[in-house]
Amino acid sequence: MSPRTHQPIRAIAVVTVVGALTLAACSSDPDTENSSAEPVTSPAVDDAAIAEAMSTPTTIDFWTWVPDIQNEVDLFEAEYPEISVNVQNVGQGGEHYTKVRTALEAGDGGPDVMQMEYQYVSSFVLTDSLLNLKEYGADSVQDQFVPWVWSQVSDDAHVWAIPQDSGPVGTLYREDIFAEAGLEGSPETWAEFASAAQKVKDETGSYITNFASNEPGAFLSLLWQAGASPFSFDGSETLGISLNNDRSKEVVAYWQDLVQNDLVGVDPDFTDTWYQGLANGTYASWQTAAWGPLFLQGTASDTSGLWRAAPLPQWDASAPSAGNWGGSSTAVLANTDAPIAASEFAKWLNTNAESTEMFANEQFLFPTRTEILESPEFTSDELEFYGGQRVNEVFAEISATVDSDFQWLPIADYVFGSFNETIGAAIAERGDLLAGLDEWQADVVEYATAQGFTVVE
Amino acid sequence: MTISAQKVAHKRRRTSLARGRSRTAYVLLTPFILVFLAMLVVPLVYSGYLSMFKRTLVGGETFVGLQNIISVFTDQRFLEGVGRMTIFFVVQVPIMLGLALFIALALDSGRVRAARASRLAVFIPYAVPGVVATLMWGYLYGPDFSPIAQAFKAVGLTPPDLLSSNLILASMMNIVTWEFVGYNMIIMFAALRTIPLESLEAAQIDGAGQIRTALSIKIPAIRQAIMLTLIFSVIGTFQLFNEPSLLSKIAPNVIGTSYTPNLYAYSLAFVNQDPNYAAAVAFVLGALIMTVSYVVQLRGRRKVSA
Repeated sequence: MSPRTHQPIRAIAVVTVVGALTLAACSSDPDTENSSAEPVTSPAVDDAAIAEAMSTPTTIDFWTWVPDIQNEVDLFEAEYPEISVNVQNVGQGGEHYTKVRTALEAGDGGPDVMQMEYQYVSSFVLTDSLLNLKEYGADSVQDQFVPWVWSQVSDDAHVWAIPQDSGPVGTLYREDIFAEAGLEGSPETWAEFASAAQKVKDETGSYITNFASNEPGAFLSLLWQAGASPFSFDGSETLGISLNNDRSKEVVAYWQDLVQNDLVGVDPDFTDTWYQGLANGTYASWQTAAWGPLFLQGTASDTSGLWRAAPLPQWDASAPSAGNWGGSSTAVLANTDAPIAASEFAKWLNTNAESTEMFANEQFLFPTRTEILESPEFTSDELEFYGGQRVNEVFAEISATVDSDFQWLPIADYVFGSFNETIGAAIAERGDLLAGLDEWQADVVEYATAQGFTVVE
Repeated sequence: MTISAQKVAHKRRRTSLARGRSRTAYVLLTPFILVFLAMLVVPLVYSGYLSMFKRTLVGGETFVGLQNIISVFTDQRFLEGVGRMTIFFVVQVPIMLGLALFIALALDSGRVRAARASRLAVFIPYAVPGVVATLMWGYLYGPDFSPIAQAFKAVGLTPPDLLSSNLILASMMNIVTWEFVGYNMIIMFAALRTIPLESLEAAQIDGAGQIRTALSIKIPAIRQAIMLTLIFSVIGTFQLFNEPSLLSKIAPNVIGTSYTPNLYAYSLAFVNQDPNYAAAVAFVLGALIMTVSYVVQLRGRRKVSA
């Protein structure tokens, strides 16, 4: 929690004292007393302490929205019968984080372990709300994960969460529409993509894709692919914000042409119009994350067999790269009463072979563990919707090309919200995207400055 | 017993009775007062307290007194929201209440067939939850595949984009009107039923027709009820939240986070993580609503007495 610096009225001091007492009272929960005695700043815990914690009756509250995650939790509980994990779904997206933050404010009633999207990690780091899992042996599992995913949850001195799933971005496209436009497969470079866009429009009347006006996550994944790292965060007070850096401007100028020449759609995504557009061929492709293929299958079932998967078009075909959109991890809250058991659970859930296979092959969460990404059971899955193509294999190869340098700001909510009113609005109106980009930058910088950050543009 | 003794006894009985009664009144009121204190007064005082601090993500919390409240008055986003709601109020409320009054008078005139069924039909939209209504209208407003767009296309016209920045406010007015005409109509209709038959008969004997009766007898008689619906509309308009919040999902670039003052307060608290300033916005909004309601009421009273 952020430090409280006010001290004018005596009453407030009283309140604070009462609050502190309440906190102290809360933290001495009898059944987990031995583990709560473990100071957070202690060096790596030894095996004996872990063994003791894992054989002491403990309850862990786990807030997550992942459907059927109880199955993996059951496996964990079977292996560690003394630990019971209480799974709660408090809502997805903003609601989830709002509830966690409210519980942190209240000092009580929050989870021990939470589902955490990568772009939100730093906002909880800022408030000192996460347990540094490095002190609980998280280093030992690092080499099991794809390096870029690991860099999303860690820095040199910290590991803030254990990755669960990811969303490397590729292309899903309608092979039949592309063929009608005289294209063989998906364009390999963005330059080819632009001329393909013209062909698709001329020959078929479709848009080659939809450039969603409300999807900062997808937009940022395109900047990510281009290596236009717009954000940095030093873990305390300094933010680097350069949404309108030269590289981003090149990317935006590229889309500006397509948008202004009416070669791509500009509809908001995940709306009726957009669903229809995917289902009826208004959009001939979708630049989407690894969770997209399955989603599309459910949305556009009438077009089964017509779709194919491919990597994104490239800026430099000799050095393929990609960005990420979505995915999440498992984090442990710093105020947990059972840091050892909670950390062990977070690690186990996302590294145990059976658990991670189940995530990948039954819940279709796109894996972050190299072993699963390379396992034949995962990669050889042939999807009829994509003409029998091995879609997982395509995205597993894309995952290997994702850039490791991309960071997030601890004010992701604001950055995302501001997108819609600045550059998003420019996209929707087919207006000046570059001006919109500048507005976005200015708005985010203004907010960050008002929040007391030192901003480096 | 003398008369005065009788009087005293009577008086004594009355005071003890009154005391008993007031005790009963307090007992009966207790649940309300408790809930009122716990759910309204305490939160109100607490958010007033909150609004006096400024908390930044870096640097923590500092006492700023009334500075938050003062800056709300120059906050362009807040003022734009209030401006939008003012337009909404000036345009939508007269239409809605006019329609409600017209329907109420029509139903009261006894000349409508299947009066009960029609009354229910007009009222039903109010029974549809606002969220569902907005989702439904959101679908109807869709630019490509909605029935409205299809109808325009069928006759060879370009369908209007009902979700564009030019039309979204009107689209929202339409939803709110659809939802609340029935509700206001019921209030007015109920008031119309309480008009004494004598005055209506008198009007009839004087040779007044339906329209004349409506204008000179019925409407003045239910002025209080109309005032009530007007006050409700003031409050409802300035607190508009569901409709813009839901429509922002399908028109994300048109409806921003500060489209209405209430939506703004919500975004401040939950997106910007600034509950302190959100509390200040909520306070100013509350004061504004009270002021407008009061002015409306005052004007209404003056007219009644005039």
